[in-house]
Amino acid sequence: MTRTRTPGISRRSTLALMGAGAMSVAAPWVARAQAKTIKIGMPTILSGRVAQLGTSSRNAVMLEVEKVNAAGGLAGRQIEMVIRDSKGQPQEAARVARELVNTDGCELLLDGEASSGSFAVHEVARDLGVLCIHTCSEASSLTADPKQHIPNAFRCVRQGIHDSIVGGSYAAAIAKAKGLKKWATCSPDYAYGRDTTGEFTLYLKRFAPDVEIISESWPKLFQPDYTEVVTKILQAKPQALYSCLWGGDLTSYIDQANIYAMFSQMEVFAVNMADYTALTVVKNLPKGIHSGNRYIKTFPTTPENAAWGDAYKAKYNEYPTNWSWQNATAVMFLAEAAKKANSADGKKLAEALKGLTIKCPFGADGTVTMRGDDHTLVGYAIGWGTTIPQEPYVPEVKAGDWKTIFELEAEWKKSKGYT
Amino acid sequence: MDLDALAGCLSSSACLVTQTTSGLIIGMLLFLVAVGLTLIFGVLKVVNFSHGAFYMFGAYFAMTAYQLTGSFALAMLAGAAGTAALGLIFERVFMSRVYGADVLMQLLVCYAFVLIFDDVVRIIWGPEFKSMGMPAAFQVMPLFIAGGVVPPYYLLLIGVALVAAVVLGAGLSRTRIGKVIRAAAHNPGMVSALGINTGLIYGGVFALGGMLAGLAGALAAPVRSLTPGMGFSVLIESFIVTVIGGMGSILGALIGALLLGLIRSYGSLGFPLFTEGLMYLFMVIVLVSKPTGLFGKEAA
Repeated sequence: MTRTRTPGISRRSTLALMGAGAMSVAAPWVARAQAKTIKIGMPTILSGRVAQLGTSSRNAVMLEVEKVNAAGGLAGRQIEMVIRDSKGQPQEAARVARELVNTDGCELLLDGEASSGSFAVHEVARDLGVLCIHTCSEASSLTADPKQHIPNAFRCVRQGIHDSIVGGSYAAAIAKAKGLKKWATCSPDYAYGRDTTGEFTLYLKRFAPDVEIISESWPKLFQPDYTEVVTKILQAKPQALYSCLWGGDLTSYIDQANIYAMFSQMEVFAVNMADYTALTVVKNLPKGIHSGNRYIKTFPTTPENAAWGDAYKAKYNEYPTNWSWQNATAVMFLAEAAKKANSADGKKLAEALKGLTIKCPFGADGTVTMRGDDHTLVGYAIGWGTTIPQEPYVPEVKAGDWKTIFELEAEWKKSKGYT
Repeated sequence: MDLDALAGCLSSSACLVTQTTSGLIIGMLLFLVAVGLTLIFGVLKVVNFSHGAFYMFGAYFAMTAYQLTGSFALAMLAGAAGTAALGLIFERVFMSRVYGADVLMQLLVCYAFVLIFDDVVRIIWGPEFKSMGMPAAFQVMPLFIAGGVVPPYYLLLIGVALVAAVVLGAGLSRTRIGKVIRAAAHNPGMVSALGINTGLIYGGVFALGGMLAGLAGALAAPVRSLTPGMGFSVLIESFIVTVIGGMGSILGALIGALLLGLIRSYGSLGFPLFTEGLMYLFMVIVLVSKPTGLFGKEAA
């Protein structure tokens, strides 16, 4: 009996094909693991109305990456940044983030998105398991809400709740001293505006129980004209106004409120005023607007912070933004975590990042910490002061007290059901 | 809903003055943009989706001229003249090629230029927002009329827009050029057969529309932040104005814009969470009751 070969593919060649297939699938991973460079992907907003913030994020990252690469890279691997425009659209941010990992071979992600986009990128990180550091989203729930918690995501950003606690206590002290009982609010009508305003008034009333909110305005994001909002507030005749408008919206608002002489009729608390993007753009900046610190090179008042601000300006011919220092800090964290883990592997870096304290020009005491239990940045310089129309713009900043912040933040988390 | 606040305002002269002027300011700026849009549609039968870009260029031209010369008058002139020239070039070089094409083609060309113009602004002036600043002459205390607050700059703004409305209305109805433009809108073939260069008329109307939007941008520049893409939101509201007033009607644009301004102004008091919605609701009511708009003519 002779054995005849059946037509088609033999078992041996099937096995060979499978082996080759497996090799070809695995090969890029092997190549990636051995690659000298490490690609870090970064979706951020490089076009549209807030492009300046995205550009300043990219600038800050590149400034720090150059330093890390000059010092030998991440555990010996040179960093190659792959930075893409998300146009500020959450679905585009998610698509770009996925593409950066799956197609471009990025091993780590820096998420340079505003709050809306960061939640979308967060889900991509959850799905792909890649180490992701959020560098721009201030929405507290991103890390405070345990449902959002994943072991491979961190937030290296100031947080709405921290700003509100410090802002609320600062504003309450002034309200008590000057007898400001009737307050109005005017903030953009989206999650950040609503949450931040709600948290600010919560702490304002807690520290100054006599305060009453007599008027609320919620202009939509990027609204070009605020005339009706300005006149509505004037009609209400409040003694003080709180706003978390930001960027071009804030400068438009100031220009339009200025010609109604609003700033001479009430105390104004604008948390996002003290950022160079707004300070240097407003031509007739009123004196005495109360603002939280975003980024100014004079707070914290250390040579390290001033030197960093000057180095950035020397390289890019403009001052850094709030997003800049946060992105720079994220790269500093990665560099220190790589040293601690002696590896650039995402999982090892994530382990090293938990609870890591590093020296940093933007720290309240010269250091900042990536808190271990909720993977968020703490210990950064935070405070409020009043504006003057020329540099240094906010000459004296009253620093917030982190001990109080921690206590009240824990209470807030409990009240939200987060702990 | 805060009807008490609205009722309280309507019974107070101070509030009435402040809110009505506030509505007029919003309305008159909107009118300048919308009237260009409606004029171009009325004569050229083209819905110019890139019209917001002329508003944006007007603001940037004005800011640059103000920075170079320090003269507010020259800034306004630069905003208006610059966008007129841009409108003429845009119409002659690009739009004139798609007059015979279907609406989709016109829409695509316009949309392409929305993106191109935004990027041109980004390349020339940068992606960051800018502020022109209020001229020193207008950095004065607001006027108090019957207890209401009215900034002097806004009086100028309303005045300029009113003059533009009157000149435009009178020019179109009482001058020879106006009559030719109206004739070209009605029957371009016949106008052409009479030896009149319709291409020139079309170019001129487009330039005029662009100029009005540019003037609105220049007038808004001292009080609004300048950023690439700033024309888009104004364009949306201008469309609402033209839909309410009737496509092609100048009086409709004026009334539609003023109504929208007053809805915003008083709506922010009575319906603070539904001010935007009120505008659209009003548009829906007009469309349902009179689909051609308040002053629009039935299609022949």
